[in-house]
Amino acid sequence: MKNGAFGTILGVIIAIAAVVFLAFITGAVYIVNETQQVVITQFGKPVGEPVTSAGLHFKTPLIQQAHYFEKRLLDWDGDPNQIPTKDKKYIWVDTIARWTIVDALKFLQSVGNEMGVQGRLDDIINSATRDAVTSHLLVEAVRNSNRILESGSEGGEDVIVTDEALERIGVGRQMLESFILEKSNVLAPQYGIEIRDVRIKRINYVEDVRNKVYDRMIAERKRAAEKYRSEGQGKSAEIEGQVAKELKEITSEAYRQAQVITGKADAEAVSIYANAYNQDEQFYSFLKTLETYKETIDDKSTVILTTDSDYYRYLKSLDK
Amino acid sequence: MSFDNVPSPDEIIDVGKKKLGDAWKYIPWFIGIFLLLGAARGMIYSIGPDEVGVIQRFGKYAGLSSPGLHAKIPFGIDKVTPIKVEKVFKEEFGFKTMQAGVRSRYGRGDYLDESLMLTGDLNILDVRWIVQFRIKDAVKLMFATRNPLNNIRDISEVVMRRFVGDYSVDEVLTVKREEIDDLSQQEIQRILDSYNVGVQIVTVKLLDVNPAEKVKPAFNEVNEAKQEKEKMINQAWEAYNKVIPKARGTAEKTIREAEGYAIDKVNRAKGESERFLATLKEYKKAPEITKKRMYLETMAEVLPEAREKYIIDKEQGSILPLLDINKKGGER
Repeated sequence: MKNGAFGTILGVIIAIAAVVFLAFITGAVYIVNETQQVVITQFGKPVGEPVTSAGLHFKTPLIQQAHYFEKRLLDWDGDPNQIPTKDKKYIWVDTIARWTIVDALKFLQSVGNEMGVQGRLDDIINSATRDAVTSHLLVEAVRNSNRILESGSEGGEDVIVTDEALERIGVGRQMLESFILEKSNVLAPQYGIEIRDVRIKRINYVEDVRNKVYDRMIAERKRAAEKYRSEGQGKSAEIEGQVAKELKEITSEAYRQAQVITGKADAEAVSIYANAYNQDEQFYSFLKTLETYKETIDDKSTVILTTDSDYYRYLKSLDK
Repeated sequence: MSFDNVPSPDEIIDVGKKKLGDAWKYIPWFIGIFLLLGAARGMIYSIGPDEVGVIQRFGKYAGLSSPGLHAKIPFGIDKVTPIKVEKVFKEEFGFKTMQAGVRSRYGRGDYLDESLMLTGDLNILDVRWIVQFRIKDAVKLMFATRNPLNNIRDISEVVMRRFVGDYSVDEVLTVKREEIDDLSQQEIQRILDSYNVGVQIVTVKLLDVNPAEKVKPAFNEVNEAKQEKEKMINQAWEAYNKVIPKARGTAEKTIREAEGYAIDKVNRAKGESERFLATLKEYKKAPEITKKRMYLETMAEVLPEAREKYIIDKEQGSILPLLDINKKGGER
């Protein structure tokens, strides 16, 4: 009795499983993943709107067919292109894009599958990129703003900036990207896709230009090195000059002060002497004369005196 | 212990037959248990402590499950994808770590395509950097973009190149590195958010930034020249320091000497004038005799010093009648 009931239950389960299995096999039931969208076709003819909601869905088995497409944001990564800029510089430009299938039906009808659309995207985006790059200068593709020019003085220390790089730009890299995006999206809707974003991933010089750039960089650095050296020499000479100047300044100032001091002292001495000697000029000249005798007459002197002199007058007579 | 109940061989075979017959009855049970086990195996799943499980029922998103043991509907109806939401992932640009560790080994591969970029002043730099990120929204990560990692890598390159393209070589090499790190982080986040990638950029960090191999010596030369410049300036200041303080000392000496001279001069003047005044004062008491005395004393002092003395009579016209007073000691 017990076994019988269980057998029935089991039978039911197996039956359900068989039905489910059959439903899947024949295609009456299909699962749509969160990342997918589905277009149902009947003998190749689309039926209804694309199914974009995830979960379990039903369709007529055998005669209806489900075509799965991505619902997520998809990648496109182009091959690098060698493109000349407006100023005839050859550069490699590598762009990437992000796109989605917005109209699965149109997508199915126009390109069929993702493989098919990648080629179209190559054409669309590469040509838009080429147009954008060739009509702009190299700096406009490399730089995004005029930051370097505006903060040029702030850097101060290094002045080595190529003239070419100093060009003021009206459009920058992001503007180019939006040009490309806009242009690409003109053609994209016919494939049922929308290009959400185009970015310039890499810009590099082509090989021989790169070598020339290296040479230029080396030359610029050498120039900078030379600048530092001569700055050093200049500064050193300046300091030397300052030494000479300060030296003169110091010695002449000292000389001046010394002269002033000496002069004042001399003047004071003169006034002191004058004050004293003025009291009796005659006596002063008498004293001074006597003093000079003491100083001038020595063992080399020959003195010739007459008996008329005060000293020898007694030689002749006493009563004078 | 008793051996009474030990069955005979016949009995054993009989029992075996009976059991085999019973076994047929149990086959549905076996199938049931087998299915149950299978179901049970598919019904239970666990989510690690640093993970979150994204549940999809028939492909449709049906919720998140937190860390721990959980049940789900088996047979592929419920599908759970564990996503590591705590872990910080790292992406490397321009290099590859072969083996991380105390001394990490780095691949020697050529990643120049990735690392060479143009600076705003149209020079070429070899830039290596890392981007660290965390998954902040597992649902977006799984359903919004097909290739989240590719998005992160591509956008990191796009943004880094754009910023390096806006700075000069020297800025990227030295002072503006952190600024570029910060700005790139914000910008990468902004773009990835617009894609709904569902990741949080934790860090963007510039690692090695070098001039290309070929131009490195020239860059080094600049650094050497800078050093040289500093050296020359230092040497010049050294010379300055050698000369100027000494000169100041000498100048001070000159001034002090002048001051000394001044003091000397004035003091002498004062002394001499005081002496004169003192003498004068006494002289005035008896001028005639004092004058005479002073004169004669001086003569007495001076004349012996002279080598030759000639005293000539005033009436004598020639020099013949000369008197040699030396021999007489020149005294009166």
